[in-house]
Amino acid sequence: MDSTHSADSHHLIPYRAYVAVWLALVSLTGVTVGVSYLDLKHAAILVAVVIATVKCVLVILYFMHIRYERPVFTWILVTGFGSFGIFLLLTFADYFYR
Amino acid sequence: MSGSAAIPDDAGHPVPDAHPGHHDIMPYDPVGARMGMWLFLLTELLLFGAMFIAFCMYYIQHGWRFSLGSQELSTAMGGANTLVLLTSSLTMALAIAAMQRRNTRLSQQLMNATIVCAVGFLVVKAFEWGGKFAHGLYPTSDHMAELSQGEQIFYSLYFVMTGFHALHVIIGGVLILWVKRRVTKGLVTTDRLVMMENVGLYWHLVDLVWIFLFPLFYLIG
Repeated sequence: MDSTHSADSHHLIPYRAYVAVWLALVSLTGVTVGVSYLDLKHAAILVAVVIATVKCVLVILYFMHIRYERPVFTWILVTGFGSFGIFLLLTFADYFYR
Repeated sequence: MSGSAAIPDDAGHPVPDAHPGHHDIMPYDPVGARMGMWLFLLTELLLFGAMFIAFCMYYIQHGWRFSLGSQELSTAMGGANTLVLLTSSLTMALAIAAMQRRNTRLSQQLMNATIVCAVGFLVVKAFEWGGKFAHGLYPTSDHMAELSQGEQIFYSLYFVMTGFHALHVIIGGVLILWVKRRVTKGLVTTDRLVMMENVGLYWHLVDLVWIFLFPLFYLIG
């Protein structure tokens, strides 16, 4: 394996790791389609969002390399997604307790 | 290995300089460049996130009508497009992995595959929208005006959100074409890869947005 240090090859991830992530994403797509045929009523949208969130995390960690970046990148993302979470909660709180 | 102006990489090793003498103007800083890209992607999160929040609020009010609207969308077409976009994300990630291994030819072929996926996605999307237009379903149409308020909101959100997403697919596809040309010209190389990595990040964002759009619009019927 080529282990020379160049600016961006800080971490050489094997091709098959990417393919494994892709297989997981495709499987989860199958699961989310399958679940939609069960009659879960309003829980269906929650299940769909949970599965989508898992897929989202897989893409961010592996395809977008966050797992191999410096920790500060994770903190930037936590701050960004956390802020979005606050917007979401405040909007829901406003709606339900108005 | 390097001249006096070499800049250390992530691990503190000096990096061979592709453009000697230009460091004073534009130092090569891949970590900073990627960080900047992520900050930009967070603004995209807020752009699409605001629309997701709107979707959730209206779903709470008009859940049943949203289901009616969702039944009119083709799960087969949406599912096929999901697979196309997931695969395009894989080929883009592999294209960068190939460049890291100095395999330019493979990388360019993988970028071609990504662009083919992008075009394929847009073709399917065009057929979907075309089908809706043919049935008189588009914002401001007479048919839309006859529907319930919930269905009107559902279709409006559908067109706005998939429209914004399709715009991102188009921009992403053009960016990949552009970065591929820069690889051909030798401006993006294994040692100066960050431009391609950032285009890759943009492309994965397009995938991320669709991962949420697909179940919310197509699978709540």
